[in-house]
Amino acid sequence: MITRLNVASIYVLDKEEALDFYVNKLGLEKGNDVRQGDYRWLTIRVPGQPGTEVSLEQPGSPLHDEATAAQLRELITKGALGGLVFITDDARGLYEELKSRGVTDFTQEPTDHFYGTDMGVRDPFGNPIRILQQGKAAQKATA
Amino acid sequence: MTREVEDFNRRLLRARDAMDRAYAEPLDVRTVAAVAHVSPAHFSRSFRSVFGETPHRYLQRRRVERSMFLLRETERSVTDICFDVGFTSLGAFSRTFHEIVGEPPSIYRQGHGPIVAPHCVQLAAMRPRMAAGETAQSSSFGEAISASVP
Repeated sequence: MITRLNVASIYVLDKEEALDFYVNKLGLEKGNDVRQGDYRWLTIRVPGQPGTEVSLEQPGSPLHDEATAAQLRELITKGALGGLVFITDDARGLYEELKSRGVTDFTQEPTDHFYGTDMGVRDPFGNPIRILQQGKAAQKATA
Repeated sequence: MTREVEDFNRRLLRARDAMDRAYAEPLDVRTVAAVAHVSPAHFSRSFRSVFGETPHRYLQRRRVERSMFLLRETERSVTDICFDVGFTSLGAFSRTFHEIVGEPPSIYRQGHGPIVAPHCVQLAAMRPRMAAGETAQSSSFGEAISASVP
């Protein structure tokens, strides 16, 4: 039986720039930051939730040849790759906070639905991020 | 060389996001092109080569998707929904809806109830597909342009 999601990964164009966005703008924290030769194992996670980390991967050697890496970079910047969904306890408060930290690439302002309030934003490279404040019904269902 | 492509894609994506966010407003191609920092003519051409359809068609399909959502989920009249999603005439709305969905709004409403899926999933996945053989030649925003003129 699988018991927990440990690591998921997303592609970014630049690990350092990604780290700055996800930590200093979005408010996550750095998890692992380990260098092995040219490779840098870099993860971020929700503060206080060390169980699940998001690995920031950069297309290129040794994972990809240069042509493949270029294709991936194009897809990232077209917004065509998968993204992340986070939970917040206050979507509107977070929206104001992100704006005050200089985040501009919102794809959706906080919007109410029957399952809660959600908003959308893109990271600097084009990856989509959803942030959801669950409604009371949804919270009960997943509690 | 590739950095240029990536930067350009990202700017076009930002303009596409602006359409997704502000579909209900009277958008014109100049305003959206300005988000990407390119001229309107260059914008329409390059948007099409990157995303496979003109910005005009993208916006039309976003507006139609939102109208399909409102037809399914609310009791609002077809006329109200037409203006809710950014169309400026019922004729243009009905024609565009029929062309993209294959049936008029009122018939679509009869055949479809609410969908239980997160809103972001609906936004991304429920936008009507491009019709087969569609050419989408228009490089303007059609009636939205006249709507933006005071």
